[in-house]
Amino acid sequence: MAMLSFEPKYRTRGGTLIGGDLFDFWVGPLWVGFFGVTTLFCATLGTLLIVWAAAIGPTWNIWRINIAPPDISYGLAFAPLAEGGLWQLITACALGAFVSWALRQVEIARKLGMGLHIPFAFSFAVLAYFTLVVIRPVLMGAWGYGFPYGILSHLDWVSNTGYQYLHFHYNPAHMIAISFFFTNALALALHGSLILSAANPPKGEVVKGAEQENGYFRDTVGYSIGTLGIHRLGLFLAISAAFFSAVCIVISGPFWTRGWPEWWGWWLNLPIWAH
Amino acid sequence: MNTPIQAALAAVGAAVVVVGGMLLAVTERPPIDGIQRGYRGLGLVQLYNPRFLAEKEAENVIPASLPRLPAAGAKAGVVYKNVQVLKDVSVGNFTRLMASMSNWVAPQVGCAYCHDVNNMASDALYTKVVARRMIQMVQHINSDWKTHVAETGVVCYTCHRGNPVPKNIWFADPGPEGTPGYTPAVGKNHPATVAGITALPLDPFTPFLQGDTNIRVQGPEALPGWNNSSIKQTEWTYSLMMNFSQSLGVNCDYCHNTRAFRDWDQSPPQRATAWYGIRMARDINNNYLGPLAPVFPASRLGPLGDGPKVYCATCHNGVYKPLFGISMAKDFPELTTVSK
Repeated sequence: MAMLSFEPKYRTRGGTLIGGDLFDFWVGPLWVGFFGVTTLFCATLGTLLIVWAAAIGPTWNIWRINIAPPDISYGLAFAPLAEGGLWQLITACALGAFVSWALRQVEIARKLGMGLHIPFAFSFAVLAYFTLVVIRPVLMGAWGYGFPYGILSHLDWVSNTGYQYLHFHYNPAHMIAISFFFTNALALALHGSLILSAANPPKGEVVKGAEQENGYFRDTVGYSIGTLGIHRLGLFLAISAAFFSAVCIVISGPFWTRGWPEWWGWWLNLPIWAH
Repeated sequence: MNTPIQAALAAVGAAVVVVGGMLLAVTERPPIDGIQRGYRGLGLVQLYNPRFLAEKEAENVIPASLPRLPAAGAKAGVVYKNVQVLKDVSVGNFTRLMASMSNWVAPQVGCAYCHDVNNMASDALYTKVVARRMIQMVQHINSDWKTHVAETGVVCYTCHRGNPVPKNIWFADPGPEGTPGYTPAVGKNHPATVAGITALPLDPFTPFLQGDTNIRVQGPEALPGWNNSSIKQTEWTYSLMMNFSQSLGVNCDYCHNTRAFRDWDQSPPQRATAWYGIRMARDINNNYLGPLAPVFPASRLGPLGDGPKVYCATCHNGVYKPLFGISMAKDFPELTTVSK
């Protein structure tokens, strides 16, 4: 891939966390770095393990390939490879790759003298996965509570695990997470349409800027959060959605074994009701 | 020293402690027990809090059966007057059953709960008339509903647990009245204690466990197609299902693989047992308990004047098998066959 004329200007050395200058070089447009190597190693190994697990399974149908965690009877021990052990190794590889990728983001941000907002935000996605396959299974005492790796099988897990609590929409953290996801989509739609509308004026008009963008929302709802503020809000909404998703699943099981509707008994028992 | 930031931090810290404490007060905690009931990773798991399970086990200790006597000697129908059902039981075992019933149903009052002690043969007390019909009901359940109760069977204690009226019974529940002029009474949208305190219909029993309204609402295809089940029908079904769940202390996965609730091939076998249980409850409510309503005094009737009726929790009492599957009926053969 050809290098753009201004690219060398941004190819600054340093900023690494591990390895010093050893991996501080580029391959084509991509910076390598120590964590680039570990990402590549974990992702490749994990993918090959997925292919292996699929190969010893009953189908190559992409929808039906199912790499399941061990039986609950194995607890937190290692399971034989064909009986959930591969799931355990794939999980370790996935976490290795995700964490490496987050640290690669840190190194590149340091290299460019930026803040660490990107790895901070990405960490919430990793946290959600880590919660599903490590924190919750450990709290419940078995790797078997993790979700299976398969397009349809993981949906079966979601369905059955949700119905373990009768009606998952009564889960308070699930309510909060859903609210953040929807609000996040709303904020992104408002922001995206605002930017595009400012950048695409009627024929013959000049492209508009922040003044008009702020003016639009002040006229509409009396307030504009501003050009920097909208990105703070977006980041807050997005990481809150991921965070409360992690909360809603980690409390289901370790901190509540019954139907989620029943949890609301505290509300019905408040001394504010006539009956 | 005391800057606004420190004050704010202290306030936030205090709020976290208070909210955290409140949350802990309304949640459970690890360790928990899980029982895997399907292929690994499918999520077909029953979850139990071992602290609650210990309480349940303590509640479900069965009382010792009185020693059985040889089936010899005169028959109760010959020796006693007005014995209509247990005529062919020996006097010894008849007395043993009467004493057991007293322990199971009315341990405080004893024989006098059902009998005029000056004339034990008299049917003057309504409780004696009900008890006689209940013996017939138990015999019918144990001999004709093996599809649901298997060889474990039931005895009076299965439901009564030392209470003259079993703890879990139901009456037709019209629900609170609507606000005049605003909302009609709809029988839902209030905390339904029989449906896991959801806002689902308050009385799923009348349509399903007395009437034989169709429970199935899910279509066989992913897209709606020709499935005309309404939201209202669906809510009624889900209310019943919530009730099953709390009656047995299990979650939906006990009888269903939730990827296809309707599909028998993918469902655990317990679903078939439950299918028979639904028919059994209808049979009991329509042929045994319903017709007894005129016998009961007004204080034993529901708000609409109907008599007490059964649902799953009447026997199950929050446990997947009543009394954790221990058979008391095996010690009482006179309750396991229908008397001629």
